[in-house]
Amino acid sequence: IFEYNGSAIVAMVGKNCFAIASDRRLGVQLQTIATDFQRIYKIHDKLFIGLAGLATDAQTLYQKLVFRHKLYQLREERDMKPQTFASLVSALLYEKRFGPFFCQPVIAGLGDEDKPFICTMDSIGAKELAKDFVVAGTASESLYGACEAMFKPDMEAEELFETISQALLSSVDRDCLSGWGGHVYVVTATEVTERILKGRMD
Amino acid sequence: MSKAAVDVPLKGGFSFDLCRRNDMLSKKGVQPPSFLKTGTTIVGLIFQDGVILGADTRATEGPIVADKNCEKIHYMAPNIYCCGAGTAADTEAVTDMVSSQLQLHRYHTGRESRVVTALTLLKSHLFSYQGYVQAALVLGGVDVTGPHLHTIYPHGSTDTLPFATMGSGSLAAMAVFESKYREGLTRDEGVKLVTEAICSGIFNDLGSGSNVDVCVITKGQTEYLRNHQLPNPRTYINEKGYGFSKKTEVLLTKITPLKEMVEVIEGDAMEE
Repeated sequence: IFEYNGSAIVAMVGKNCFAIASDRRLGVQLQTIATDFQRIYKIHDKLFIGLAGLATDAQTLYQKLVFRHKLYQLREERDMKPQTFASLVSALLYEKRFGPFFCQPVIAGLGDEDKPFICTMDSIGAKELAKDFVVAGTASESLYGACEAMFKPDMEAEELFETISQALLSSVDRDCLSGWGGHVYVVTATEVTERILKGRMD
Repeated sequence: MSKAAVDVPLKGGFSFDLCRRNDMLSKKGVQPPSFLKTGTTIVGLIFQDGVILGADTRATEGPIVADKNCEKIHYMAPNIYCCGAGTAADTEAVTDMVSSQLQLHRYHTGRESRVVTALTLLKSHLFSYQGYVQAALVLGGVDVTGPHLHTIYPHGSTDTLPFATMGSGSLAAMAVFESKYREGLTRDEGVKLVTEAICSGIFNDLGSGSNVDVCVITKGQTEYLRNHQLPNPRTYINEKGYGFSKKTEVLLTKITPLKEMVEVIEGDAMEE
């Protein structure tokens, strides 16, 4: 099912910062219908979620999550911590255990004391926390390989940006269903840098 | 809010509203997603003072290793731990759910939880879903009645055993147990035997790998030895790492400075 729209999402942890990146293609099987599709959404200033898989489920899930987060903000008068948000997403996905959303989320955020947190889940909510990088989407197999080779612990924001961009672009080059550039967010404690990358337009 | 708005948290349990749509999609040739499984070798044994549980740490998604260091020994109660094999989401959800039910039960009764309580809660949940919740568990703990070790199969049947193994690597681990287990092991011998059994699963079974986690439960004390043994260190480390001299081409950059969060401190009400 993930082969229907195509997607590639990767998140990496650096020194007191994290980066999350996605490709920009939206296709219907082999035909490309958009080259500026947004897969990474902001939940609050320090929490981003990327949704790989079926685009319609990604959008529905995003709307449900924003709804739940806004309710949380109203009740608790503060933003959700990334770990709590990950549990929320996991519970929402597991509720549909026997008729799941065809969607794989990648969650990245800065928690207490700006400690970076990343995690991914399969489509029924099995959380997978990692200390280095997480990947999702049709290009996930090549992304695993590229990240495994290119990742170094404790990178600064600039180096992290280079590494994640190179990993993303080289992996989507080997996948027909994702590509057409990249969209990278690098988040540190003081700023969010959003960059759009030029890649092979095929 | 319109009637068709998203429902606020349901009362619990599963919701089946996407089933019809998913059926329609699979008839059109769109396959359902694959789930994260925990291929796995999980073991438990009873030694002279209590119970030792062991697990490997690999999580697979089809043939790919999704997580090289995941936690398969789940907390149920301070004196009860549970290892899970099968679909990762199912084992996590079921153990979390029973763990909170046990906590509530502890508040009600004011006593330490018993292993058979956890066992009954787990087996009745799994049986009511007739095996569709694919969680194969090894439950172990020490309570007032002594040390206990049980295995629970996805359809809800249970076994009470002095040593047990589950998962794809269970045959490799069981071979080690059958040849070396005896009654009245000491703690160190027990830990060594459990580690050997998990290692045999790691090296001989493709669905298990990475590191060994061990949990030793005795009366009044539990020790969770996360990554007790790391038999698979990474051997191909490149000292310099990757350096990228040629920069990525950036089309557009947008920098958003994050505002400082202003703390609102409740002041005294202004006196009029």
